[in-house]
Amino acid sequence: MKSSVSIEMVMLLAGLLFTLGIAGVIIRKNIIFMLLSVEIMLNASGLAFIAAGSHWGQPDGQVMFIFILAMAAAEVSIGLALILQIYHQHKSLDIDKLKEMNG
Amino acid sequence: MDNQLWLIPALPLAGFLILAFGGSFLSKKLIAATGAGSICLSALITFVIGMGLLSSETGFYSQTLWTWIDVAGFNAKITLTMDALSLVFVFVITFIGALIHIYSAGFMEGDKDYSRFFACMNLFVFSMLVLVLADNLLLMYLGWEGVGLCSYLLIGFWYENPANGYAARKAFTITRIGDTAMAIGLFMVFYQSGTLVISDITARAPELWQQNNTTVTLIALLLLAGGVGKSAQLPLQTWLPDAMAGPSPVSALIHAATMVTAGVYLIARMHIVFELSVIAQTVVAIIGAATLLIAGFTALTQYDIKRVLAYSTMSQIGYMFLALGVGAWTAAVFHFMVHAFFKALLFLAAGAIIESLHHEHNMFRMGGLKDKMPVVFWTFLIGAASLAAVPLISSGFYSKDQILWYAWGAEGGSPLLWAVALLGALLTAAYTTRMMILTFWGESKTQIGHHPGKRMTIPLIVLAFFSVIVGFIELPHNFGHFALFSDLMHRVLPETILRADVSSEWMFQLLAALATFSGIFLGYFYYGQQPRRIENLRQNEMLVGLHRFWFSGWAFDQLYNVLLVRPFVFVARINKADFVDRLYTGIVSVTDGLYRLLSRTQSGSLRWYIMGMVIGAIVILGIQMML
Repeated sequence: MKSSVSIEMVMLLAGLLFTLGIAGVIIRKNIIFMLLSVEIMLNASGLAFIAAGSHWGQPDGQVMFIFILAMAAAEVSIGLALILQIYHQHKSLDIDKLKEMNG
Repeated sequence: MDNQLWLIPALPLAGFLILAFGGSFLSKKLIAATGAGSICLSALITFVIGMGLLSSETGFYSQTLWTWIDVAGFNAKITLTMDALSLVFVFVITFIGALIHIYSAGFMEGDKDYSRFFACMNLFVFSMLVLVLADNLLLMYLGWEGVGLCSYLLIGFWYENPANGYAARKAFTITRIGDTAMAIGLFMVFYQSGTLVISDITARAPELWQQNNTTVTLIALLLLAGGVGKSAQLPLQTWLPDAMAGPSPVSALIHAATMVTAGVYLIARMHIVFELSVIAQTVVAIIGAATLLIAGFTALTQYDIKRVLAYSTMSQIGYMFLALGVGAWTAAVFHFMVHAFFKALLFLAAGAIIESLHHEHNMFRMGGLKDKMPVVFWTFLIGAASLAAVPLISSGFYSKDQILWYAWGAEGGSPLLWAVALLGALLTAAYTTRMMILTFWGESKTQIGHHPGKRMTIPLIVLAFFSVIVGFIELPHNFGHFALFSDLMHRVLPETILRADVSSEWMFQLLAALATFSGIFLGYFYYGQQPRRIENLRQNEMLVGLHRFWFSGWAFDQLYNVLLVRPFVFVARINKADFVDRLYTGIVSVTDGLYRLLSRTQSGSLRWYIMGMVIGAIVILGIQMML
């Protein structure tokens, strides 16, 4: 089944989502929102892989997406555990207050 | 036997290695057996090889062990050679060295660093053997530096006293001045002749250099500077009296068998270079004459018995240099051999006295030892007679008389050199008599602690025996032709050329004998018979000043202090913030600043890091797009 949506449009959407994700990571102060923004970036790259895979009729794109999903799951579980620990230690989730590891 | 040559230096080296690495596990008996035994074995092997050498056709043994350096046309091998000249030196080093080692086994009995002492002594003997057995100048230089190192280790042996450490450093630094000059000389020899092998240089020298060529004079003078440093001649002589800080056997080894004779060996070995330059030869003779005079006057005023002996070594080596300078090569080597025996004897006997008197060095506090220590007295008397060159009965007479005669009669000799040498003979006799009278006659001033044991007295007796007989292997020409020693040496060294117009030798011998006897009489008159006259002389202001001047060794230490040490310390102090140092301090502060700058980027703020990554990614992508 040939999609009517052109590859350029999908890539543009993926790029926009990725930029939004980066902006979120940079701008947000709350660690949970930063984690969410990272998820958005991952999904954006996953979308780009799927689109490219279907454009060239190759399965590699889908394979890469499965990898990304697995990695995202791992990242979220570790990230959330870390966030819990951080909250226990500092009673805060503000990233600007967590500057202990300076040189 | 010629292929067993390597054993001679290898045995002391093995002794050194065993004692240096395993000395702390061995008992005192084993340490002494290793230390003294290795040298005794070397002496035995020398004896056997020497016998073979004397009866062989060529009179020359050589053994190549391995190639040391082979690079870009420069080749240095570890080759040992033995001819008549090195045989004499090896014989003296191993034989007297062995006696000194046996003596040390008793002398150092109570010392806690027994094994360190023997390790250093063995290394000393090894270095000296390498020096005299080397067939090329580079290997010789290795031994030369090894001797310098060992003298440093042994002079500063009792390192807990800072003065001893200072004396050791002084000896090391001053001899190093000569060594540097000698190294430059070696570079010049190599640059000119393309080889450092002594026999090649000897063979090629006449075609390479013209007589009195400037280059050859310069080379000879640079080599002489090396010899002057090691042999404690003017102007590098100031280290020798301070070197008395080491134990007495060390003094005996340095003065008789090893270090100070290295200069004599070097000049005798390189005689071909010196013969090509009249100026260099004259300089050698003048240095010898000046040193023997200065040292003689200084010895006359010293009160420390070992310092008297140190200055007397300086003056006797001065005689050898004088002989080398006037071209009497064999006479110099003969005097070296005779001197080695009696000077080792004198130092060891002095050591025995010093130890029995609870480390009393001052002769004015000794006295009356004649009957209390008969063995030491008689052996010391024999050594002193040799030193003073008592005619006919002492070996010192036969060697010194030759030098006195050649100082006038040889081609390079002159009446002035002869007069100086004669005055030196008179001084030698005077200070030797003074030393004998102060030490052995008169009232006893210090109680004797304990008498020296057999291990100390037997070497004394053996050395005394040789001090007497060794002179008779070479008699003056007018005593009939009996010249075993010079017949042997003439295989290597050229014969002395006499001037055409010299008169009979008898007159000179009579004058030399007269000088000796008047010296002995002067010493006896002032110190034995009428000691009050010395007190009267003390009243004279000028004489006291002169005495002080002589006592300080002609104020050379003070002179060097003012001329060299103080300006150097001054310059070092004002240049504390050195320009070169500044450069390096600058590099340090720049790096330090950079580190501080970079460490600020490590702020711990996660958003700052992400920002950095994003900006970096944008920059990289931007560059990629532009290219």
